[in-house]
Amino acid sequence: MSQNKRDWDVQPPFLYPDYKSTVLRAPSRPLVPIKHTLSELTGPVYGHDLIRPFDNDLTMNARVNGAPLGERIIVAGKVTDERGRPISNTLVELWQANASGRYVHKVDQHDAPLDPNFFGGGRCLTDSEGNYKFYTIKPGAYPWGNHPKAWRPNHIHFSLFGNQITSRLVTQMYFPGDPLLDYDPVFQGVPEKYRHLLISNFDLGVTEQDFAIGFRFDMVLRGDNETPFENR
Amino acid sequence: MSQDKFYQTPSQTVGPYFAYGLTPKQYLYNFPSIADGNLIINDEVSGERITISGQVYDGNGHLIPDAMIELWQADAEGNYSKDLSMFHGFGRLGTGTIKDSKFEFQTIKPGRVDGQAPHINVIVFMRGQLTHTYTRLYFSDETEANSQDPVLQSVEEDRRNTLLATKTIRPDGTTCYVFNIYMQGPNETVFFDV
Ligand SMILES: [Fe+2]
Repeated sequence: MSQNKRDWDVQPPFLYPDYKSTVLRAPSRPLVPIKHTLSELTGPVYGHDLIRPFDNDLTMNARVNGAPLGERIIVAGKVTDERGRPISNTLVELWQANASGRYVHKVDQHDAPLDPNFFGGGRCLTDSEGNYKFYTIKPGAYPWGNHPKAWRPNHIHFSLFGNQITSRLVTQMYFPGDPLLDYDPVFQGVPEKYRHLLISNFDLGVTEQDFAIGFRFDMVLRGDNETPFENR
Repeated sequence: MSQDKFYQTPSQTVGPYFAYGLTPKQYLYNFPSIADGNLIINDEVSGERITISGQVYDGNGHLIPDAMIELWQADAEGNYSKDLSMFHGFGRLGTGTIKDSKFEFQTIKPGRVDGQAPHINVIVFMRGQLTHTYTRLYFSDETEANSQDPVLQSVEEDRRNTLLATKTIRPDGTTCYVFNIYMQGPNETVFFDV
């Protein structure tokens, strides 16, 4: 029993100097190979008791006196392993800026308005087919200090577990046609051939009549090579 | 689906603003956390109470105040338990709320898993990391078990000490293991190709 390794053809490197803060934070020594043990092939499991009503609806989960401002959207997709098998009941966490490109995070100094009715955090579990769905507001672009006129493209942060700590994924979802993608070293850090995997697609099936347009974003977690791990 | 090869979704940095999404309770946001720095759910759980404390350093030796550390560990019997009523083998903390950018987990010392020395799996995330890093924490007072641990012994001898958490007794009598993480430099922590 072993698990697929990280696919370094697809995954960004630790050191990507255009993204300046990698320079002092990337390990300089090669990773040490490890043979997977029970320690790597297990991971935390979360159940439905963790999820509250509206945890997957960012347009509802922080209302004070009305609806949040911005373009209401739906983000949905399927979580699978590398063989396309659905990963059911796995936790999906999400966080993002508001429509103006401002995070509620206390450290965010961007001079754009906070929205009293928008928090920007959410979570859900995938269903038995590996599907997840969030209702939210399209996040705005925001500036950052990496280089002159650096603006992050519109994006939504995702965090997933899968079935073991080896399948842990933290990533960002982008939107189709965003001109800022060409200038963003975080996105560009991914090998060119696979960058498209981070761009969601407009999807009529996800879109809801008279309510919100939908984007589809499927995610693939590292899967095992062989049969599922038996002690799970 | 007609595809037969599904490519791994590329990783992206957790960025500087993860706290209200991933560690909201710790950072005092009005949103519950799925995990925090306390892995002990029920005081009845058996095992030696310990604190795991540390700091994360960049290549200039500066403290990193916006890293996120995740722990995954077995219980005192060496089982990765799915029963969350007593002990949660998973912990998660940012380095932005305790003085001097520390993380401090309250947990129990794990038992041996499959004959390995007691250890804790540590996952490190931060702005400036396009993908997370994995390391392991071993215990400085487990000399005998450590000397037979296949993973630890697979590491070059002069780097093994980067994986050892140092046992200290605090003024209040509690046991604290100090585990600092160095992203670069002469003491660069060993990261595994997990
Ligand atoms: Fe962001």
